[in-house]
Amino acid sequence: MWDYSETVKEHFFNPRNAGEVGEANATGDVGSISCGDALRLQLKVNPETEVIEDAGFQTFGCGSAIASSSALTEIIKGKTLDEALQVSNQDIADYLEGLPPEKMHCSVMGREALQAAVADYRGEEWKDDHEEGELICKCFAIDAVMIEDTIRANDLRTVEQVTNYTKAGGGCSSCHEGIEDILTKVLAEQGVEFDPEATTWPEPIPSETIPAPTTGRLTNLQRIKKIEEVIESVRPALQADRGDIELVDVDGNKIMVHLVGACAGCQMAGMTLGGVQQQLMEALGEFVQVIPVEKKAVHAVAGA
Amino acid sequence: MSKDISGGIYLDNNATTQVDSEIVAAMLPYFTEQFGNPSSMHQFGNQVGHAIKKARGQIQDLLGAEHDSEIVFTSCGTESDSTAILSALKAYPKRKEIITTTIEHPAVLELCKHLEKEDYTVHYLKVDGKGRLDLQEYKSLLGSGVAVVSVMWANNETGTLFPVEQMAEMANQAGVLFHTDAVQAVGKVPIDLKNSKIDMLSLSGHKLHAPKGIGVLYLKRGTRFRPLLRGGHQERGRRAGTENAASIAGLGLACELAQKHMDFENTEVATLRDRLQDGILEAVPNCFVTGDPENRLPNTLNIAFEYVEGEAILMLLNKEGIACSSGSACTSGSLEPSHVMRAMDIPFTAAHGTVRFSLSRYNTPDEIEKVIDVIPGIMTKLRKLSPYWGEDGPVTNPEEAFAPAYS
Repeated sequence: MWDYSETVKEHFFNPRNAGEVGEANATGDVGSISCGDALRLQLKVNPETEVIEDAGFQTFGCGSAIASSSALTEIIKGKTLDEALQVSNQDIADYLEGLPPEKMHCSVMGREALQAAVADYRGEEWKDDHEEGELICKCFAIDAVMIEDTIRANDLRTVEQVTNYTKAGGGCSSCHEGIEDILTKVLAEQGVEFDPEATTWPEPIPSETIPAPTTGRLTNLQRIKKIEEVIESVRPALQADRGDIELVDVDGNKIMVHLVGACAGCQMAGMTLGGVQQQLMEALGEFVQVIPVEKKAVHAVAGA
Repeated sequence: MSKDISGGIYLDNNATTQVDSEIVAAMLPYFTEQFGNPSSMHQFGNQVGHAIKKARGQIQDLLGAEHDSEIVFTSCGTESDSTAILSALKAYPKRKEIITTTIEHPAVLELCKHLEKEDYTVHYLKVDGKGRLDLQEYKSLLGSGVAVVSVMWANNETGTLFPVEQMAEMANQAGVLFHTDAVQAVGKVPIDLKNSKIDMLSLSGHKLHAPKGIGVLYLKRGTRFRPLLRGGHQERGRRAGTENAASIAGLGLACELAQKHMDFENTEVATLRDRLQDGILEAVPNCFVTGDPENRLPNTLNIAFEYVEGEAILMLLNKEGIACSSGSACTSGSLEPSHVMRAMDIPFTAAHGTVRFSLSRYNTPDEIEKVIDVIPGIMTKLRKLSPYWGEDGPVTNPEEAFAPAYS
């Protein structure tokens, strides 16, 4: 049985705003039926003020999916669309007094439904390149897709490296076999055999710097500045924990950062790469992926 | 017999069972005055040795084994499964193939997946929409390269029974060892191992009202065997480790009681199960029984409720004091619904809403009526929330009407 908070249970047993909204002028459908979670969010937006006057949901899903949907509608009612877009998945989870790590995706789904509904209202196309893999590290909520991409981006060879880059495996360490399996698979694609006893750090393959495509309403310069602002804003918290984070490069929707010092293994769940990624997505209003990269590239870019 | 149902209604007996109070009483002396090590050369140990011998005989009777020495005590069903499969691979080192099914318990399936990484070839027999195997496909795979066949006697989720005696016969003719994971079947269906070609069989105590932490591997005399745990001479060197005497005594009595209640299980319990099935199917639209209802355990009922999700169902049932389990992805924290439902090609919109009701001889008609009363309201409540559900039925073309972004 999941260890759900009382608030999660309360919102599941007595969901707020369940059902269709009579005069809805915005709808967002997100989720995945194969995973067993799908959500339709409907909003009634005042065209003059852009205030969300009513919100309702229909959810096919587990207890926390229904509770997250209920919480979302409660949070956004009365807000303007721009205010509502500031609501993060962490806000939804906090409103519910926390969710088990395996269930955080329910709050992500809520946030994405909101983005989809707002895009629907504004006549924009909402596209999500959200890709979710099997949850590997339960201590830091890191999934297989994140681990695979990080291995590829940095040419990683060992579990220790994966932990340094993603934190996966830095807690209870029961997922080390799972990480080794991913390493074996990804390395095999490159024709390399995974060596469980490897200790050396191979030279990184320098990634080509491709100019970021223009996205949304931000110019490239604005976009980079925004990214820098977010990175700067999280640094004090990391520095307080004897760590640091530096922006290395931006390549399309991939944002390369370098984690320094104690960050790699620290226990600050809120400041995991996932957390930074979420903050960046919120600031930029687009899907981005944060990938931790090798030091050497950092010195070239960060210099000072 | 009337029973107070305010303490909750337990319909999750395929997960684990309540230890019979008579069994608890039979175990207690082995925690106190009968604490000796059965290997010891004194009276303290000697009496425990006699208790273990008695239990071995009781288990032999239930399984219809020819010799009591064919009973090897282990710690659980999973250990028995691992011991059987790994033993066959060690005993036949030139054979690099395993035959099993897509709907096995993880105790077998995960081990097989792991063995694939060690360069064994595993053939996973597919099932049809009712969870039945294709024996022609099975026959075509049997050959001198196969070290062992491992097929469950009854599926834990649907209760579907497999023709393991016939399959063991076929394996035997092909000169291949046959193992069956019978943890769900033992005590519920008659078993007569001396007249079968089953070489190895796993059972688990806690599925038949004995405690957790005790299992058995039946090993037919003459079967080539390599132990998993080496050490002391316990279990004739086939499973080292000081005997779990109290649990062994408990399991022995549990087997004797299971034998005694076998008829009851197949008449009274089956009747309650059928009543539950009919009651639910009649009261709830858009639901269906999964597996093969003509060929299943007497205590098991698995129903797929369309357009609702299983964990949500379980939480609402739990609020009513009713305990069941589900094949939804969310109940396990995985990204896919139960592999058994997927193997039978049950659509996602139904597979996530599967609920398993598994009864025992302790359930009463009152309890079953209570469940039948409660279920329709739960489905109405959850379907009202479901984007696939309209006013009083699924929306037209549900999968098109609601096709959310990303998958």
